[in-house]
Amino acid sequence: MSGWQALFYKEILRFWKVSFQTVAAPVLTACLYMLIFGHVLEDRVKVYDQVSYTAFLVPGLVMMSVLQNAFANSSSSIIQSKIMGNLVFILLTPLSHRSWFVAYVGSSIVRGLAVGLGVLLVTSFVTTPSFVAPLWILAFALLGAGILGTLGLIAGLWAEKFDQMAAFQNFIIMPMTFLSGVFYSIHSLPAFWQGVSHLNPFFYMIDGFRYGFFGVSDVSPWISLGLVSATFAVVAGIALHLLRIGYKIRG
Amino acid sequence: MPAISFQSVSKTYQTARGPFQALDGVRFDIEDGEFFGLLGPNGAGKTTLISILAGLSRATSGRIEVHGHDVQTDAAQARRQLGVVPQELVFDPFFNVREALRFQSGYFGVRHNDDWIDELLASLGLADKANSNMRQLSGGMKRRVLVAQALVHKPPVIVLDEPTAGVDVELRQTLWQFIAKLNRQGHTVLLTTHYLEEAEALCGRLAMLKQGRVVALDRTSDLLKAASSNVLRFKLDAELPPVLARQARITGRIVQFPANDALEIERYLAAVREAGLHAEDVEIRKADLEDVFLDVMGQDTPAAGVTP
Repeated sequence: MSGWQALFYKEILRFWKVSFQTVAAPVLTACLYMLIFGHVLEDRVKVYDQVSYTAFLVPGLVMMSVLQNAFANSSSSIIQSKIMGNLVFILLTPLSHRSWFVAYVGSSIVRGLAVGLGVLLVTSFVTTPSFVAPLWILAFALLGAGILGTLGLIAGLWAEKFDQMAAFQNFIIMPMTFLSGVFYSIHSLPAFWQGVSHLNPFFYMIDGFRYGFFGVSDVSPWISLGLVSATFAVVAGIALHLLRIGYKIRG
Repeated sequence: MPAISFQSVSKTYQTARGPFQALDGVRFDIEDGEFFGLLGPNGAGKTTLISILAGLSRATSGRIEVHGHDVQTDAAQARRQLGVVPQELVFDPFFNVREALRFQSGYFGVRHNDDWIDELLASLGLADKANSNMRQLSGGMKRRVLVAQALVHKPPVIVLDEPTAGVDVELRQTLWQFIAKLNRQGHTVLLTTHYLEEAEALCGRLAMLKQGRVVALDRTSDLLKAASSNVLRFKLDAELPPVLARQARITGRIVQFPANDALEIERYLAAVREAGLHAEDVEIRKADLEDVFLDVMGQDTPAAGVTP
């Protein structure tokens, strides 16, 4: 077992030991969203032809759960370890910055996908979206979880208190997720807000992900794939740099 | 090649009140197989020096090598050589003792390490705690796990940063027996401690730090020889006259005077009698490391011959 595998496995076990909180709870939350929004909006909102609102909503909720939980995993693990002081056990090891990156982001992807799969399974009792292009679904789920796991890593390194972490989550991650088109198609927005939405990388993750289900999207999935990949490359570059210089973890 | 080589290590922290120099040109070598003690009062820079050695912090200037591996430029190799027991009592609340040790082992790329983990658990009196969650352990037990975590990859150089702070007698005994055994087997040990008795008993060589500088560096036996050879010790109910008090070390009722010979001892006792005081439980003992330590720390200028 190489070092990164040990850290990766430890990070998986860390969230799995409290899976009621880290997997079951977010699945329940997503189902509540679906029940309420689906019930209220089913007959009023028509997004695509031949796609009911509830069916449209499911991939959005799945992706939102993937993103939020990927972020929550790496960010909470690192800030807790920093505040508890047990990050020292990893700092003392020969693990390289690449190993840290792969382990923290990899485990965040696993948690994101686990929750996403859970949401998909539970909502399948109500409605099952079609799976037109499963590879697109997988590609965007992996990239989206990777981006948010990486952002969580960056936020965990940056934040010194739980307070700052909550601010990062509530003022950056939450608005960008909610305003990315989880609950609506951006074509229903006024032109100005459509333009603003196009600046939000989260929009492309969800739009591309939804394309995999319905074969319909607001922008071409190739454009989304390019932009999402570029976003991942940028945040990964930043995270690797911060890990290499020991930003806020090595004095 | 020395086990650890400190080469003019300096560290300056930027604080709200301006720069603070925690270490100032610290240089000395620790040879392979030594049991070395690093002493100094709180804030002398011991933990800062160990943090830089362990790669938790960076020197402002100078460098440290572990078996020839620079702790910054060749960090991975240097860290494989080191087993560091941190001063803070930290633990990961998600895991039990065996899991914590298996993971720590894994981070160093050591697989199938359960035989050695079992040996560590047995040697440190943790065998019956292997499956207990870290949260359920007492402070002393957590300290033992910290030691086991530091040793899980069989490092040739063991660094203990005040491992016995706030620890009961039994654990101290267990711990020192185990560390002394590892030292006999060839492991190099670097220890910081506030218990000078322990340092005197265990360490072959000592360095004393004061305000970030090495103010003494010698074999323990030579340091003891260099100090005043005797200490006059007695108990007193009243207060000493100021002239005498300045030369004495006073701990509650206990008064101690460093003295080189019988004449000096007589002089002190006479002075006490002349002041109209009555000394009880008078005894004369050999100077110990605490006397050396207080002597060195009391001097204003660094002792001569600090550079190796």
